[in-house]
Amino acid sequence: MSIAPSAAAPATLGDAGPVVVFRDVVKTYIEDGLRVEAVRGVTFSVARRRFSAVVGPSGSGKTTLLNLIGCIDKPTSGQLEVCGQDIAKLDDNRLTDFRSRNIAFVFQSFNLLPVLTAFENIEYPLLQLRVPARERRERVASLLEAVGLAKLGDHRPNQLSGGQKQRVAIARALVKRPALVLADEPTANLDTQTGADIIALMRRVQRDHDASFVFSTHDPQLMSHAEDLIALRDGSVVEVQR
Amino acid sequence: MMTLKIAFRNILRNRRRSAMTVLAIAVGAIGVVLFGEFVRYITAGLETNTVERVGHLNVFRTGYFEFGAGNPAEYGIADFDATAKLIRDDPQLGPEVNVVTPVVSLAGIAGNFELDASKTFLGVGVVPSDRDRLERWDEHGVVTRRVLPESALRDDDETGGIVGVGMARVLGLCEPLKVARCPRRPTRPPPTGAPLADDLASVAASDLAAAKTEPAKTEPAINSPRLDLLAATAGGAPNVVSLRIARAEPQGLRELDDNFIAMHIALAQKLVYGRGAAKATALVVQLHRTEDLAAARDRLRALFAEHHLDLEVRDFAELQPFYTQAVGMFRAIFLFIALIMGVIVLFSIVNTMGMSVMERINEIGTARAMGVRRSGIRALFLAEGAMLGMIGATAGIALAQLLAALVNRASLTWTPPGQAAPSPLGVLTSESGPFIVVVWVAIVAAATFAALFPANRGARFEVVDALRHV
Repeated sequence: MSIAPSAAAPATLGDAGPVVVFRDVVKTYIEDGLRVEAVRGVTFSVARRRFSAVVGPSGSGKTTLLNLIGCIDKPTSGQLEVCGQDIAKLDDNRLTDFRSRNIAFVFQSFNLLPVLTAFENIEYPLLQLRVPARERRERVASLLEAVGLAKLGDHRPNQLSGGQKQRVAIARALVKRPALVLADEPTANLDTQTGADIIALMRRVQRDHDASFVFSTHDPQLMSHAEDLIALRDGSVVEVQR
Repeated sequence: MMTLKIAFRNILRNRRRSAMTVLAIAVGAIGVVLFGEFVRYITAGLETNTVERVGHLNVFRTGYFEFGAGNPAEYGIADFDATAKLIRDDPQLGPEVNVVTPVVSLAGIAGNFELDASKTFLGVGVVPSDRDRLERWDEHGVVTRRVLPESALRDDDETGGIVGVGMARVLGLCEPLKVARCPRRPTRPPPTGAPLADDLASVAASDLAAAKTEPAKTEPAINSPRLDLLAATAGGAPNVVSLRIARAEPQGLRELDDNFIAMHIALAQKLVYGRGAAKATALVVQLHRTEDLAAARDRLRALFAEHHLDLEVRDFAELQPFYTQAVGMFRAIFLFIALIMGVIVLFSIVNTMGMSVMERINEIGTARAMGVRRSGIRALFLAEGAMLGMIGATAGIALAQLLAALVNRASLTWTPPGQAAPSPLGVLTSESGPFIVVVWVAIVAAATFAALFPANRGARFEVVDALRHV
């Protein structure tokens, strides 16, 4: 079913409501003295516990949109609610804590901390949340098992292949049981087979953990798995398919 | 804990750069510790040399310090034995005091008439056994390498005396006293002036004969050269005594070495007070530990006030201003060197941590995206700076102690400014525990402080910009 972007997002957000709500959000940058409008007054919502894709050509504003959803960037104007929280009302520390509790990232370049082992990389977000040591160990071990790396927990990132690194990144994202997982082109740096494996893994853990996934992609294979599609062009949402 | 783990692993990540930084810090630590221990050795040596000569505290009749040298009768301490007993028996001072002894300071002319040589002298009359105990004071262990000669003065020999090596040289006593490295006195042609009057010549000849045949009171004085000491008595009349010189001893300061004579206090009292009541010009008080000085001085003042004694107390720093000046100079040099080393440490850490931050911008963005606050990023880089400081300071201090041991085993000597003889050159490690702790803490604090600037820079990155950085 193809749905045009909604003119008015839902007014209330409960557990069953959308996980992300954009209301006339604009994001502009100044680059080399020029004002660049990366997101142009978009209004739409992202449903909870869905496998949602943000698609569009390069420069269409996919990454900016994900950055806004991930609360690592703030709108220039408009209102953005993530997990029911108006992020404009949070100062830097509260926004960081909010991210720590609710949002996880899977990066295109994996972004594992090179000095930590796979186990420690996955454990790292739990330390920010002060999860007790025993529970940390159990959750990390369980996720290492889930992503098929139970025997590679003591390996450093430079001892892992691209696919293994992305599995660690996915485990790291899910270990804190976030409300929202964001993935910026998660298969872009992987070969086709590994990409397919990662997509399958993401889909499976999304279902198993009942998480809301939002990812940007050019990969038709990944797009085909999406439950919802948010299409962008020139910083505007041109279509939302559910 | 994870912050420390990440910090430590990041230090190991770029081993060469970390090693160079640690080396720079270690060199700084070595410089500061070795020079600090050298300064401590010098100041301890100065303190020891001063305290073993003049004690920690001197008790004078009020006004002696300013005016008494010109009038030792009025400014002398008549009841010096009772006063010394009062000090020794005091319940607070008694355990702190090592020696309390009377001394008589005097000045006059010393003549060796066999060689027709004479010279002004600065003398001191001492109780020989007390002087020996004074000279054995070595709280800091810096004199242990100097062999203390057997005492040349004896309590039961009032005629014996000691001169400075310079004094021995001037008065031609080097040969009879067997002083090493002492230039021989050149032989001069006989005087061509008018012959001595018959009566004066006969008096001189009889004096000389008497001196040669005078029975020695004690064994050590046999075959010793003799000096005649001329001084004014307390009443102003000239007085002469004869002194058998047992030995020449170097006195450190050249001015003192060229003018110094020590003698039995009884002989000094005869010379200064004649047949009048014997007095002491001062009571020397030597403590076991210098750190008790302030308390002992206060107690002495209270004691004298309590017993209505017209006495004043001066400490060794007041008596020997050179000590305070030298200590001040060495401390200033130490501070200057420590400052330079501190700047080296600061710049090493700033440079290393600055590079580290720039290389890890993407990691900073990742950590921030995962929920690490800016303060967490700052703490991470501060921990790295502190660890580099800890490793460098620990290595530097350990190496400094090794070098210190080598220096002390090398038996080096040097002649300090204004000194007449070479002194041992070493570093004082036995008392450097608190100093080393201070240096270690200071280096770690400096390293942590230096990391603050790069750490703040890293913490200020916006997450989006940091993640975009390649």
